Amino acid sequence: MRVQAELQAASPILLMKGITKVYPNGLVANSNVTFEVRKGEIHALVGENGAGKTTLMKVLFGLEKPDEGSIFIKGREVRISSPNDAIKHGVGMVHQHFMLAPSLTVAENIVLGAEPTRGIWFDRKQAELMCRELGEKYGLPVGPSAKIKDVPVGIRQRVEILKALLRGSEILVLDEPTAVLTPQETEELFEALKSLKEMGHTIIFISHKLREVKELSDRVTVMRSGVLVGTRDTGQVTVEEISRMMVGRDVVLRPLRPKAQEAPGEVRLVVKNLNVVRDSTHVLRDVSLQVRAGEILGVAGVEGNGQAELVEAITGLSPVDRGEVWVCGQDATGKSPGEIRNMGLSHIPQDRMVFGVASRASIAENLISTRYNKQPVSNGFSLDIKAISGLGRELMGRFEIKASSAQQPVGTLSGGNIQKVVVAREFSTEPKVIIANQPTRGIDIGATESVHRYLVEATESGTAVLLVSADLTEVMSLSNKLIVMYEGQVVAYFDEVEGLDEEEIGLYMLGLKRQEPDEVATSMMGRPVE
Amino acid sequence: MHPLLKAIFSASFAASILRVTTPILFAALGSVVADLSGVVNIALEGMMLISALVGVIVSAFTGSAWMGFFAGAAAGVLVGLVLGYFHLKLRTNVILAGIALNLLASQGTVFVLYAVAHDKGVSSSLPSKVMPEVQLPIIKDIPVLGPIIGKQNILTYMSLIAVVVIYLFLYKTSFGLRLRAVGENPDAADSVGISVHKVRFIALAISGALAGMGGVHLSMGYVSWFSRNMTSGRGFIALAAKALGRTHPIGAFFASLLFGLTDALSNYMQSLRVPGEFIQMIPYVVTLVVLAVYSGRQLKSGRFSNE
Amino acid sequence: MTRNTWFELLRTGVAIAVALLIGFVVTWLVSESPGEAFGYFLKGPFTSIRRLGAFLEAAVPLTFTGLAVSLVFSAGQFNMGAEGHFFIGAVAATAAGIFFDLPPVIHTLVCLAAGMAAGAIGGFIPGILKARWNASELVASLMLNYVFLKLGMYLITYHLRDPSAGALVSLPLKETSWLPQFTRTTKLHAGILVMFLAVFLCYYFLYRTTKGYEARMTGHNISFARYSGIPVLSVMLLVQVLGGAVAGLGGAVEMLGIYRRFQWQASPGYGFDGVIIAILARNNPLLVPVAAVFLAYLRVGADVMALYADVSAEMVSIIQAVIILLVTAEAFLAGYRHRLTLKEVKQRASAS
Repeated sequence: MRVQAELQAASPILLMKGITKVYPNGLVANSNVTFEVRKGEIHALVGENGAGKTTLMKVLFGLEKPDEGSIFIKGREVRISSPNDAIKHGVGMVHQHFMLAPSLTVAENIVLGAEPTRGIWFDRKQAELMCRELGEKYGLPVGPSAKIKDVPVGIRQRVEILKALLRGSEILVLDEPTAVLTPQETEELFEALKSLKEMGHTIIFISHKLREVKELSDRVTVMRSGVLVGTRDTGQVTVEEISRMMVGRDVVLRPLRPKAQEAPGEVRLVVKNLNVVRDSTHVLRDVSLQVRAGEILGVAGVEGNGQAELVEAITGLSPVDRGEVWVCGQDATGKSPGEIRNMGLSHIPQDRMVFGVASRASIAENLISTRYNKQPVSNGFSLDIKAISGLGRELMGRFEIKASSAQQPVGTLSGGNIQKVVVAREFSTEPKVIIANQPTRGIDIGATESVHRYLVEATESGTAVLLVSADLTEVMSLSNKLIVMYEGQVVAYFDEVEGLDEEEIGLYMLGLKRQEPDEVATSMMGRPVE
Repeated sequence: MHPLLKAIFSASFAASILRVTTPILFAALGSVVADLSGVVNIALEGMMLISALVGVIVSAFTGSAWMGFFAGAAAGVLVGLVLGYFHLKLRTNVILAGIALNLLASQGTVFVLYAVAHDKGVSSSLPSKVMPEVQLPIIKDIPVLGPIIGKQNILTYMSLIAVVVIYLFLYKTSFGLRLRAVGENPDAADSVGISVHKVRFIALAISGALAGMGGVHLSMGYVSWFSRNMTSGRGFIALAAKALGRTHPIGAFFASLLFGLTDALSNYMQSLRVPGEFIQMIPYVVTLVVLAVYSGRQLKSGRFSNE
Repeated sequence: MTRNTWFELLRTGVAIAVALLIGFVVTWLVSESPGEAFGYFLKGPFTSIRRLGAFLEAAVPLTFTGLAVSLVFSAGQFNMGAEGHFFIGAVAATAAGIFFDLPPVIHTLVCLAAGMAAGAIGGFIPGILKARWNASELVASLMLNYVFLKLGMYLITYHLRDPSAGALVSLPLKETSWLPQFTRTTKLHAGILVMFLAVFLCYYFLYRTTKGYEARMTGHNISFARYSGIPVLSVMLLVQVLGGAVAGLGGAVEMLGIYRRFQWQASPGYGFDGVIIAILARNNPLLVPVAAVFLAYLRVGADVMALYADVSAEMVSIIQAVIILLVTAEAFLAGYRHRLTLKEVKQRASAS
């Protein structure tokens, strides 16, 4: 009886009722979602990538306009058509991609939109004072006069939280806040969130890391393909139950890694002492690695530790400052992306909408972008239109791309189907080396399984694969060998992934543990790299 | 000494540099403000042209140069808001919208000129006014400096003051902070409740007002009439000045002076026995060269801006 | 027809209607008898054979500049040089027509080639500045327009001028260089065949060759093109050179077919109309002649109106500007489109 009374007392501070959101390309991101949050709780919102969590929160924050539905805060219906409205109603949001102006200072970013002034002038001193006080009050200290571009990710996130608190947010939404953090930073964040909760704030925490959800939240709501599956008290469900609600069936994603080759295959990709300096930051330091035919070399690491720069340097998208890249025995250092592709390299890019496709061009046109000047689609001068649409149809069938025809613009497809277009193009040119950078980010579970299957099949038929993923489970379950990157360096190499402990890898990812550089090089390359 | 060289080292030549710099400087400042807010304003050329005509017509009908000035600046603001409406509300590509407005200005001013003055070339039939020349009391007596900046059109002084005002506005006021934040990361500004549209509308209005003052200077200071397409590319040269000045008001000032210098030089060289067409080409060729040299320097230090 | 094509057609139609309406309002503001004036504007091009001819003739140069702009826009390059390329191409053809002594057809071809070469050089300059030094091709091409105008006028005034003529015009082109006119009443000439050839070649280039594919992909998404291994810098340069050549060819055709001696004092404005045409035609060369005919209709209608009524021909620029603004406005009628999408999704949902 007492429990029930308590439950009733904990009236919802937020109620989102019947929210439906359809994107212009026809993607249904939220379908009649009703979501309820109680005052003073930490409420986890979980679901696979693309389940609609972020869209729902964007609707709450006025960044997306819902097609149907209404929002109630403290029992009163409110209209939120801009972030300004959301802030007025006490809703603050910390986005996955930080909403900060890099060349402005920490203080300027925090007070932006609510600046202290002296007469007509911006009062910089006062702003810095406010930030210092605010940071102390909530246990999130920051140095107010540093420029955002000069401070680490953990501090940037603090700035984001302080921004929301300065504006009097009672409901704080955090969109996958731990994705970019090291474990210590994550610990600090959780402490701060718990103390915020004690001060009476309500926190909505988007995640797909169930361990974190269990550790931090009071209640958990699960979403799947745009629909709200259910809400539970976190203490009363197991991780397995939540996981089942998320994927809709009982299987846990455990793809098989490619069968180990009987004899080691030939070396296809060699990187020697690679160094890249960008904006006077040394983003890659003496990175060396090699990948053999018939194996997947996984690259683990917290995002932003040089993985993206490594891929760009190998594929020729950005310049190399020192070091060498060899593809199938040919020197690829400083060559153009086209020249490197001609050596037999394929590349699944991290950001498919920026690099992977031309969204206004048709599926067929996107499929030929790396072979438009080769047989059979062209004779080097003119295009063979029949061959192009034939190839389009063939690849659509083989890679299960769901579309009305090969002439449909790629931009009108769903994320998973767009990724399949990229994968179809990159896998169907009989590549000798595949660089796969976050190949399953943001796509549904079915498409993820297909991509994993294609990767394994290609490897078993003799391709060398370099797999970069921020999802540790993904790299560990797919790779034959594994390296860990931390702050632009390779800090560990394992020539056997079977039986490795995730916790152990975590220590390397956080820079708490590292193998000796010589040890790494010797065990991977067979000898120290000069 | 060759008479041309003698002329070039005279104070009156230095004074003429400031005079011809004025419209370019106004427009370059307008370009800086729009650019920092994240909008490439290529409609400056059209804004100047429209304001030049509006200034002439309004001053002719009211008999007041100042009314003409304010009307000209207001016309610039209006064009800025129209650009804003199409770019921000209807999501027209900002370059194409700028092209459309420049086209409208180039032909539309002739259309209006004909409707008002029944002439398609110049407005000399209209009794338009000119903005006053001002003598600075003490400064005019300082040797060297006096003859250069001691007596100029009031708009020239206003353009110099505008450099300082725009600098303070952008870097010392809270609205300036917001404007720069909107330009650098619109999502960031949006997430703290700053209306990106509102800030950009205001930036375009200011940009239009500045370009408008530049236009008014052309038809009511530099000369005393409007003639068709009298801006002859100054709005585009201002874009180059903004790029050369690293999108900073002070930088834009020095870059505008450089273009003013070439403009003044080409005026002085009319006396030489070189075909006029070649002399008239100078400002455009210099702009091209500066554009190439300067962009080249950028390319070495950084990477492609659009890749 | 897909939903998208239908929607684009609808949007273009509405944009043109709104533009004409605004044109009428402006006419009504300045004219004593607006209805009559606007009537001349709309019906003018059809009132006589000669005018009908003038209307179709005007579509020829507009098609060339429209093709030129379509080529550079397809690759995402904002090169506004068609105006200058057209002008300098005409000057070059004039010089070749005056100075060379060649047998008929060959002389014509040499003149056309001269126009193309001049235009191509004009396209090369901003192209190389962009490819080598990343200089804005927009500003560079606009500056070059002034340079070409001055350069052209210098050549006409000092080297090609006809001293016996009262006005500033060039010597007449030799008859061997002329493109023959078909009839006496109109000036419709063989250049129209050159035009159709250019339309076909531009279409073939963009949609049927590997270089054209490179250009279109670069225009769609330059990061994607670079990632795919497309040599984006060289293709950006190539389209600007080709665009310049096509515009220059247009200037040459105009000289050889219509004027036969150079008589412009200012740039005739075909280049900027080319921008509107490219926008209306969605950069598709096959649609360019259709859009060019529409623009020519506006131009000739405006001239007829200026002749018979108290409204000057520049009124048409208002209509043109509104068309550019509305046709390129992504959000124009987007609400309508979104409702269509929503309805379709719901139908699909209820059907499954």
